[in-house]
Amino acid sequence: MERSRSITKKIGSISFSLLAPSEIRKMSATKVITADTYDDDGFPIAMGLMDPRLGVIEPGLRCKTCGLRVGKDKCPGHFGHIDLAMPVIHVGLVKSIRDCLRSTCRECGRILLTDKRREEYLEELSKYKREGRDNTYHLKQIIKECVKSEKCTRCDREVGKIELDKPTSLRENGKKLTPSEIREWLEKIPEEDLPLLDINKESARPEWMVLTVLPVPPVTVRPSVTLETGERSEDDLTHKLVDVIRINQRLQENRDAGAPQLIVEDLWELLQYHITTYLDNQTSGIPPARHRSGRPLKTLAQRLKGKEGRFRSNLSGKRVNFSARTVISPDPNLSINEIGVPISIARELTVPVKVTSHNIDWCKQMIKQKISSSNKSDEYRPSVNYVIRQTEGMKQRIKVTERNAEEVADKLELGTIIERQLMNGDLALFNRQPSLHRMSMMAHRVKVVPHKTFRFNLSVCPPYNADFDGDEMNLHLLQGEEAQAEAEILMKVQENILSPRFGGAIIGGIHDHISGCFLLTHKDRRVTMDDASHILAAVKYEGKTTKVEVENGKKYVTGKEIFSALLPDDLNLEYKAKTCLNCEVCTAPKCPNDAYVIIKKGVLLQGTIDENSIGAFKGKALDRIIRDHGMDAGREFIDNVTRMGIASITLIGFTTSIDDEDIPDEAKRQIEEGLQKAMKKISGLVKAYENDELESLPGRSLEETLEMEIMRVTGRARDMAGEIAGKHLGLNNSAVIMAKSGARGSMLNLSQMSGCVGQQAVRGERIHRGYQYRTLPHFKKGDLGAQAKGFVASCYKTGLNPTEYFFHSMGGREGLVDTAVRTSRSGYMQRRLINALEDVKVENDGTVRHSGGQIIQFMYGEDGVDPARSTNGAAVDVNRIITDIKEGI
Amino acid sequence: MAKTIKKQQFDIMKHKLVPLHEIATEEEIKELLEKFKITPDQLPKILNTDPVPISIGAQPGQIIKVIRKSQTAKEAVAYRLVVESDK
Repeated sequence: MERSRSITKKIGSISFSLLAPSEIRKMSATKVITADTYDDDGFPIAMGLMDPRLGVIEPGLRCKTCGLRVGKDKCPGHFGHIDLAMPVIHVGLVKSIRDCLRSTCRECGRILLTDKRREEYLEELSKYKREGRDNTYHLKQIIKECVKSEKCTRCDREVGKIELDKPTSLRENGKKLTPSEIREWLEKIPEEDLPLLDINKESARPEWMVLTVLPVPPVTVRPSVTLETGERSEDDLTHKLVDVIRINQRLQENRDAGAPQLIVEDLWELLQYHITTYLDNQTSGIPPARHRSGRPLKTLAQRLKGKEGRFRSNLSGKRVNFSARTVISPDPNLSINEIGVPISIARELTVPVKVTSHNIDWCKQMIKQKISSSNKSDEYRPSVNYVIRQTEGMKQRIKVTERNAEEVADKLELGTIIERQLMNGDLALFNRQPSLHRMSMMAHRVKVVPHKTFRFNLSVCPPYNADFDGDEMNLHLLQGEEAQAEAEILMKVQENILSPRFGGAIIGGIHDHISGCFLLTHKDRRVTMDDASHILAAVKYEGKTTKVEVENGKKYVTGKEIFSALLPDDLNLEYKAKTCLNCEVCTAPKCPNDAYVIIKKGVLLQGTIDENSIGAFKGKALDRIIRDHGMDAGREFIDNVTRMGIASITLIGFTTSIDDEDIPDEAKRQIEEGLQKAMKKISGLVKAYENDELESLPGRSLEETLEMEIMRVTGRARDMAGEIAGKHLGLNNSAVIMAKSGARGSMLNLSQMSGCVGQQAVRGERIHRGYQYRTLPHFKKGDLGAQAKGFVASCYKTGLNPTEYFFHSMGGREGLVDTAVRTSRSGYMQRRLINALEDVKVENDGTVRHSGGQIIQFMYGEDGVDPARSTNGAAVDVNRIITDIKEGI
Repeated sequence: MAKTIKKQQFDIMKHKLVPLHEIATEEEIKELLEKFKITPDQLPKILNTDPVPISIGAQPGQIIKVIRKSQTAKEAVAYRLVVESDK
């Protein structure tokens, strides 16, 4: 917050360059020569890898270079260096080295271009630099041209063929070049040729790409940890540096003692290996260096690279305070914008409150509040965890305990900040990963509840894509008034009912809410006055008394009348319900199935309330209420619909069980007959094919035609079974009610359970792989019939026979594999899209620009319309206006 | 090294998927830059080696006005700055 008024500056440029050996020595605090780290007494050895001149990690100790400690004054650590006995190639730069060698002469070090070409290229490059354009194409062209030349134009030396032998050796005409030779060669390249090799002559020399001295990072970069047993455990980098020093020493000794060339070369190679793995332990072509336990070491490149690397894990993403995570569970009694937070979490999380003259008494009382161990939410009283006192720029953080509470409260001054525990009504951000769209993180109002799970209304499951099979979710507390205000305006659940993806509601009644409303409003359902009072009490209805019908001295209220209590008085709507059968001749408005909804002046005159009225995506009544009365009214409507739905379904009663899939024997016989007919048809097709009597469809082979015809017949057979089954399953069947009202499941699911499962497919074709010429040994070779190729004639209820079961599993497995592959692939695709589009936004003038000010679109979406505020993509709903005028509203 | 269009088999500008491109006039450019308060380099770019600039003869530094059919807005106007290709 102190930084809020600081000046923002733009980074002009960043340049990466090579470290000169002289530079490495200059910044080095000490030369490192000993491979050991600590002596027997546990003190770091001088000129070892843990030399105190490289910085300190233990608190209290002083650094021998700068004299600072770890704690407050913060010694940043200092580099050391290792003098390598023989030069070694840097893995990260082999490609550049290869290019340098390829385009220069070994004799004179000059670039392999004629003076004329050289001048031309230099001019071209400087022109591009002046214009700030990308010159990689030209640089590649230079190397290409150099490789083609056969002789140096200056000293007439034959040009050798340079090959890179991955990862770190180079050969000239098949003869290996030692790093020393390479270094000598690179040294010869004159400064004026460097720009042609893409090297900035002000900051680098090509021979620096061959290491002669290795910087040793400060101990703060590779801290050692002391285990509970008192054992010291060193960082991976330290381990690797120990290897480097050890081999370096042996190499030096052997060379000085005049050991045979072979031994020296072997050691040299080993040194190269250790330095290569020290820089990057995942270099292809060499085995990764391993820890004693067999785990590959995490060296320099591994620290930075990838998802767990410094950039993605520590710089782009960070861990936060004031957050909580636990398992989620449902609570139909909460509003959709509430979240139930367990008491134990509420006591831990805090919100800062500034003490002012207006709230000082309240604050004092809260500090004194004793923490009760009760597990009842209405006995929960927020207390204070910390008091932050600011005196003369010094921040003092006092933990409030039972013992010092009185004293701290009495000494409370204005301007102090107290960290108050959560209480009902606090705003918090609630999130479930993966956060795929903005509705994955919404602001809820806290409600403190007992037990240990986060709880929320079931209608909010779809935007989070949450279920309660063990899902966990995160909660973040907003720590400032500004943040709270912003979240209130932009992130509250009701502000996100309309999805920016297509402009429709994505929060609405689900499952039982829809079944409940269906039961309540279908046809002439009426309930006794007592029951009606119960349902209306659930939504806290306080309005005019509903119309009451009296029959035999008993009072009744119709379901439609009860539901009308939720509708605003000015609602006028007409639409087809989900239950609509799409009859050939529509008799609406007099639908015999009660599937045509008419709402006039907020009264449901006819029609059944189902998914097309209150569901997400499709709910017409819900959509209209949000548009006409705003988000808050929409929230209230969803809250009430869910409560009313649950109340009615509990009252009326609703059960689905295995006998919902029972169909009469007559129907079973019909299905059996139909299937047999289909089988006959298929065997007829197969016979026709075998006798070469089948006529191929245009553009298909004979085999493809047969397959297509059979697929069609099997498809039709399943539909037939479904139809027959459906005929016998009426609206007195709970499973059918759920399918028809859109609460859950479909008629296809039901027909598979009671009719016939149908053809199983892998990759969109009938199952054909397995044994030679047949799918399973149960069939004859070459059998093309329905049963042999994965047609399941049984239904789930009677059960599948073994071959059918096997085919069904094959189809099921494909589905599982597909989803697994799809999620990983679409996840990566989304990551790339987000990285490309993260700084694109709509400016006030309607243009879409990125952070650099570049225009991407001249008008957002070409029409400047926010999809969340559009009706089916259009800015104005003309049809609506016309009907409104016609009706005279 | 301005490439010019020789004889082509087919005039790409007449293809139904190619929107209308025209070289913007000085006035249009002035108006555009003022309207959005931008400099020409903030506009989307198009290479001079792209078939369209070749075919309408646009040179680096000129601005092309593109009038597209749009699903949402019937007609959408965009501008692109012609830049020289690296090759």
